[in-house]
Amino acid sequence: MEWDWQFVWQIMPTLLEGFKITIIATLLGSVLAAIVGMVFAVLRRSPNPYVARPVGLVAEFIRGTPLLVQLYFLFYVLPSAGILLSPLVAGVIGLGLHYGTYTAEVYRGGIDNVPRGQWEAAKACNLNPVQTWVHVIMPQAIPPMIPALANYFIAMFKETPLLSAITVLELMNQARSIANTNYRYIEPMTMVGVFFLTVSIVSVFGLRWLERRYGRVER
Amino acid sequence: MIDWSGYLGLILQGALVTVQLTVMGCALALVMAFLAGLGRLSHYAAVRWLATAYIEFFRGTSIFVQLFWAYFVLPLLGFDLTSMQAGVLALGLNVGAYGAEAVRGAVQSIGREQFEACVAVNLSRYQTMRHVILPQAVILMLPTFGNNAIELLKATAIVSLISLSDMTFQAQVVRAQTGNTLIPFATILVLYFAMAMTISAGMRWLERRLTRGLDGVRS
Repeated sequence: MEWDWQFVWQIMPTLLEGFKITIIATLLGSVLAAIVGMVFAVLRRSPNPYVARPVGLVAEFIRGTPLLVQLYFLFYVLPSAGILLSPLVAGVIGLGLHYGTYTAEVYRGGIDNVPRGQWEAAKACNLNPVQTWVHVIMPQAIPPMIPALANYFIAMFKETPLLSAITVLELMNQARSIANTNYRYIEPMTMVGVFFLTVSIVSVFGLRWLERRYGRVER
Repeated sequence: MIDWSGYLGLILQGALVTVQLTVMGCALALVMAFLAGLGRLSHYAAVRWLATAYIEFFRGTSIFVQLFWAYFVLPLLGFDLTSMQAGVLALGLNVGAYGAEAVRGAVQSIGREQFEACVAVNLSRYQTMRHVILPQAVILMLPTFGNNAIELLKATAIVSLISLSDMTFQAQVVRAQTGNTLIPFATILVLYFAMAMTISAGMRWLERRLTRGLDGVRS
């Protein structure tokens, strides 16, 4: 089979359409992962073991099982419990929850790096726990961990093709439907790879910039 | 009432395929990790360049895309692969690229004086690596390798999409035949988690085993 440039240009609009959904899913998933990660990290530090232990176990469980199966679970099992999610919403929730357990570790590291004195000072000023978190700890913990968070968001971007398995019409799904209707696999599949590689290379430069701006990242 | 024992057998058959994929994928990943990781430290620019290209390519494009490419496009180029071979190839090469960075990082973290001592006692480059550097570096790689092995286990779920009958695929079969969604998916989630726990327990055992007698020697 030969590489056909004309076919590439012909399918480009459809691929871009899918690429848009991929980007939307990544952005929404990142926002959710950032929030979920913070909640997990804060709850795991709770002085109450009946909160900290189960949260730790749930995070461990989500991190130890495949994202694809979790997506199936959200998409196929929840409707029988009366919760109907559109494919994209189920996908974003899946991505956000799964990567939330990873970002929780980043938050944990960031929070541990806030000096003890800050906690003690907050207590001395008679701040309640919410005020301590919102006004003292988080503003110091978050900036140094931005590059590490971004690293996970890039990893999440590379997992978005899994959403095609629950019928989200993102880049991979569009490429597969093109391939199936035209019986040509080389161009669509390769172009998807090119899209991913391009975004990855660009994001590497973005990451370098974030590292310079906010500090080192552990890879 | 549905007779679940037959369906459980089906899922256990799938579990066997998942274990096979994980073991073979890890074996390939281990080889690739050492080849590419040490390749990046080579004296020859061409080898360094080749290893870097391999690592960046496989880390930059999604595992999902690589799997589809291996399964649908390689046959068109004259390489006929079974879905099992395509799965092992894609998983091994992808995770190997991540492992390579662990190998490189561990070797580079070994102190300069170790290399200098090897030069002083006139060891060849191969002897230096084999007898002095790697025995120390392998211990540092183990935690990352453990995480990578779990990532590989989780990634095996996506081979169900190229019609390889692994655990996730069998769960879908059970879902289609019984109409029940909760039981098959909950079962495989628990099984995946059990496998992940087994891997991390095995890695901890290996780490204890290899560091035995080294207390106080390592900083």
